[in-house]
Amino acid sequence: MIDVVQRVPIEHYVWLSAILFSIGVLGVLLRRNAIIVLMCIELMLNAVNLLLAAFSTYMADPAGQIMVFFSMVVAAAEAAVGMGLIVMIYRNTKSTDISLLDNLKN
Amino acid sequence: MSFYAFYILAGLAILFSLLMVSAKNPVHCILYLICTFFTIAGQFILLNAQFLAAVHIIVYAGAIMVLFLFVLMLLNVGRETALLRKSIPGRIAGTITAGLLLITLLGAFRGSMELPQGNAHDTQIGTVEKLGKVLFTDFVVPFEIAGILFMAAMVGAMLTSKRDLKL
Repeated sequence: MIDVVQRVPIEHYVWLSAILFSIGVLGVLLRRNAIIVLMCIELMLNAVNLLLAAFSTYMADPAGQIMVFFSMVVAAAEAAVGMGLIVMIYRNTKSTDISLLDNLKN
Repeated sequence: MSFYAFYILAGLAILFSLLMVSAKNPVHCILYLICTFFTIAGQFILLNAQFLAAVHIIVYAGAIMVLFLFVLMLLNVGRETALLRKSIPGRIAGTITAGLLLITLLGAFRGSMELPQGNAHDTQIGTVEKLGKVLFTDFVVPFEIAGILFMAAMVGAMLTSKRDLKL
């Protein structure tokens, strides 16, 4: 796969990651289902992971890939706690619609 | 010729993530997100990060997305929940915000720094052997802290989803 590193400029990885991150932001802002909002956050984390791995390979530094590993660890923990919170929200409101959660508004 | 694979995988990743954001059925959303994760794992393989590709598939497609799918089916959240936000101005504002963020990110990266070019690269840094050596020498303290984080997350997830919580 040496071909990719030599022929694809790193700017293209930056563009791809920025586009994926923005799609994740779009999903967080538009969707109402809390589970899907959490999935869009996972997509944003993945965009950042991809860019970290790309820079790590282009600079020949394994520390970047270790950072991706740790960010995966944090993403797994976040997904587990988030799912617990969503189950609790569902038990209280009988729905996972985030627009119902406006108790702090008034 | 494998550099064409980058562009194919990039197009597929963008396509699947757009489908994920726009799909009506939450189960379809999860399946599209798994497809996106597979394309990103393919990108890791193209970047000589084989360990990351394997871990990515195992952790994301194998563990996290199955967790999402389980919760979705457990809560039985079907088609009945409305797709998007109710207010039309809210939708327009969200779309504009995401588009402006994309423009800002691309503009900030454009010519603002010296980006590395892939000349002095080493194809062996992504192997399990190399990464393991770095992980257990330079990053051993963060590794242990990650274990504590997992412990705390496990206890927290159990406590929050417990039915009658008495503190």
